[in-house]
Formats: sequence, structure tokens, C-alpha cells
Amino acid sequence: MKLKQLTSLLVASGFAAVGSYAQAAELEITVQNLTRGIYFTPILVSAHVPEHHLFSVGQLPGSDIQAMAEGGDISGLAASAMAMNADNAENPAAGLLMPAASTTTMLSTSDGNTALSVVAMMLPTNDGFIGLDAWPIPQEPGTYTIYLNAYDAGTEANDEIRGGGAPGVPGMPVPPPLEDLVGTGGSGVTNVINSGFVHIHPGSLGDDDAAGGHSDINNTVQRWLNPVAMVTVTVSE
Amino acid sequence: MALQQRFGLSLVALSCLTLAACDHNDDNDPAPVPPPDISYSYELTVQNITQGQPLSPVGVTLHADAVMWEVGMPASDSLELLAEGGDNSEFLATAGVLASASGAAPILPGNDESITVTVQNEADAYLSIATMLVNTNDAFVGITGYSLAALAVQDSVTMMLPVLDAGTEANSEMQGTIPGPADGGEGFNSERDDADVVSFHPGVVTEDDGLSISVLKSEHRFDNPAVKVTITRIE
Repeated sequence: MKLKQLTSLLVASGFAAVGSYAQAAELEITVQNLTRGIYFTPILVSAHVPEHHLFSVGQLPGSDIQAMAEGGDISGLAASAMAMNADNAENPAAGLLMPAASTTTMLSTSDGNTALSVVAMMLPTNDGFIGLDAWPIPQEPGTYTIYLNAYDAGTEANDEIRGGGAPGVPGMPVPPPLEDLVGTGGSGVTNVINSGFVHIHPGSLGDDDAAGGHSDINNTVQRWLNPVAMVTVTVSE
Repeated sequence: MALQQRFGLSLVALSCLTLAACDHNDDNDPAPVPPPDISYSYELTVQNITQGQPLSPVGVTLHADAVMWEVGMPASDSLELLAEGGDNSEFLATAGVLASASGAAPILPGNDESITVTVQNEADAYLSIATMLVNTNDAFVGITGYSLAALAVQDSVTMMLPVLDAGTEANSEMQGTIPGPADGGEGFNSERDDADVVSFHPGVVTEDDGLSISVLKSEHRFDNPAVKVTITRIE
């Protein structure tokens, strides 16, 4: 009994101490790619006011989301977050984050930036991306783990064939490291834009014909099941 | 997690204080009596929640603070043996294992099995378990390096587990490469012809979904989670 009382006292005083320094925080953030064969384009990590969102499920995507999800360009999302006085870490992996690889960045957050978001395009996809939307940053120091799902921006038909990454250009961008991993000659899975709003990605179909078929995606390597990324956040004392 | 660590530390600190106090009061006792052994016993209930993927006999180990695998790192030989062939013997014999137990038989879809593992005088044991989805090339499910220190007697914790890919054998789904009943093919093969790092599993494609050489059918598909585990400290 005595032990229990003492323990709860210790915990209670811990909370009180934490409460006193309000909201600015030092964060160490690791993003790990959990997939077997999907690459992440430059990652945007942003701590911002809780009212801000890089993306919202069920909402029409803006042009910044489209540029990120179709071509991996995070500059628009980063700038609009900065306009809200966000604290950003842009492109911590300095390029593509390989399958099963991880990258770590430090982020000092300002008062009021109590929500954390993470996005990055997934390759090869047409407009798939990993997403964490305004996760409330705990005030209690400790290490927290969050699993991320794959989303579909809903801005481009998932034709699963080679094309371009500029907004509105059909097909998937294929940067040099993926040149030999993505097929050619696919006829295209579909030319229908699936919804027009951000949703959980239905997954790629792919096929087993690297030089034809409907898809340029390899169906044994470049599919995924959720979750696709793990974010580990350490909040310092 | 942070909370659990705080609790653990506080309890250790307090019990030391108590012991020190006792020593001072025991000056008149004739001889110190060695403390009795304390058993820490855990019951794991492992349920297969897939449609058509039997689980190989579950390997259960208790050990010090360590992990048996890590996403992004190559699988150990013992994990490769388990994930390709369903053989948990090397996994159970991993150096540093304090106590281990094996499931009695494969767990069929929808079924569950309870397995008990017991360690003496080790309050801060870490748990690792692993089992293969046998109708795959090298898919497995497991928990590794999970601290049991916060579990009091009769406490339990339930986890829903995703499917991992050992990365040691290509997911060809080809005839002759899958040891489960869907194929009856080869299990373990020491050659590593895949990414050679552990990752989450992309799922099986199957012949029905466009992999023409696959021996698997739509009923062998799975999604996350695939296994439900409840850990209860019973002693």
C-alpha cells in the first residue's frame, strides 16, 4: 500500500514538473520505411499549430498535396506550414529513403506548435504517400511510436505505368535509383481518377510481366500492407 | 512506455530502501537466510486470425534486454530457419535465452494455443516469440525484446501482430518453395536470394491475383494483423 502511494506521488510530481514548461519541446524523430520494396521521396516533418493540416482524409487535396504525392515535391507544403510559423525538418534522408531504412532528425518546436505531421510520396505509385496528420505531441518526456498508413491523394489515376511527376502529368515518376526496378510497356491499369479526395490507398495491383502487362509495378516486391512507416518520437526532458 | 519505465525505476529504488532498512533491524538474527526462489511464469495465448495460413509451432523465449531481429537488418540464421521452414529449434537455442517453450503443433486458422514459459528469479525478463505463416516463402509473425517487468501477477496485455518478411528468400510463391500444405515444397535453404533485410511483408499475390507461377490461391491471402497474442503473468 505504502509503495503504491509513493509511486503515484512520484508520477504525479513528474506530471507537475512537465506541465510547468508548457509547449516548446526538443524532439528526436526517426522515420522508418517498413516496406519490402517501396521508396520514400523527400520527407517533410512539421510541428505546427493543431489547427493546421498538411493533408486531411476525406478532403479535397490542394495543389501542394498534389505536388508532393504525384512528384515528391514538398516545397509547397513546407512553405504553407512555415507561413503558419511551423517548425519544419525538410528532407532528413537527403533524398530517397530506401525500403526498410530509417532516418533521424532533431526538431526544436516553438510554443504552440503542438501537432506533428509527416508526409512523403511512395515510389513506385502514382500519387501514394505516407501520412501522419497533426499528431498531438505529448508533453510527458519519453519515447513514442506511431505507425503510418499509406494514403492516396486522389488526384491521379492509378495507372501504375511510367510517366511523369509534375502535377497533372499521368503515370509514375521513375528517378534513376528505380530505373531497373520498375517495369516497362504496361498498358495501364486504369485511367479513372479514383475519388478526388484523400483516402487510404487501396494498394497497387502490379503484375508479373516486367516488359508488358497492365502495370509497371512488380507484384511480388512493390506491393505493401499497412502500416508502411514507423515514426519514433523522443520528447526530451 | 515512458510511464512503464518510470514505474519500474521507482519500484526498484523503493525496494532497495526497504531492504536497507531491514538489514539494520536484523542485527540480532543469527544467520541470513537465502531468499527463496521466485518463479515468474507467463501464459501466452496465440490465436491465428488469418483465413488460410497455418502457423508453425510458436517459439517462445525469455532473455535479457535484446532483440532477435530488427526491421532493416539481416535476419539471423536461426530466424531464417524459422521463417523459411517453420523450425523453431535454433530460435529457442539462441545464446542468452533464460527460458523457452515451444507450441505443441501448428495453429490452424481460427484456432489458438496457450503456451506457458517460466523463469526463476528474473523479474526483468524480455520476451521474444516467432512463428511462420507456412503457406509463404519466408513470412513470420513475432514479438521481440518486449519487457515483461511491468506485468504484475494476473496482469495481461494483448497485441495484434503484423506479418514480417525475413528477407532471406524471394517471395516467388513458386511450386516447390513453400513448405506449408498449399505446396509441400522446400522449407529452409541457406541461400539468401532476397533483400536480406527484415521488413514488413508486402502480402502474397497468389495465382488468382495475377502471379502466374504462384501455387497460392486467393484463400492464402492475408492482411495485417494476422495473429493475436495475449500475455498473462500467472505467477
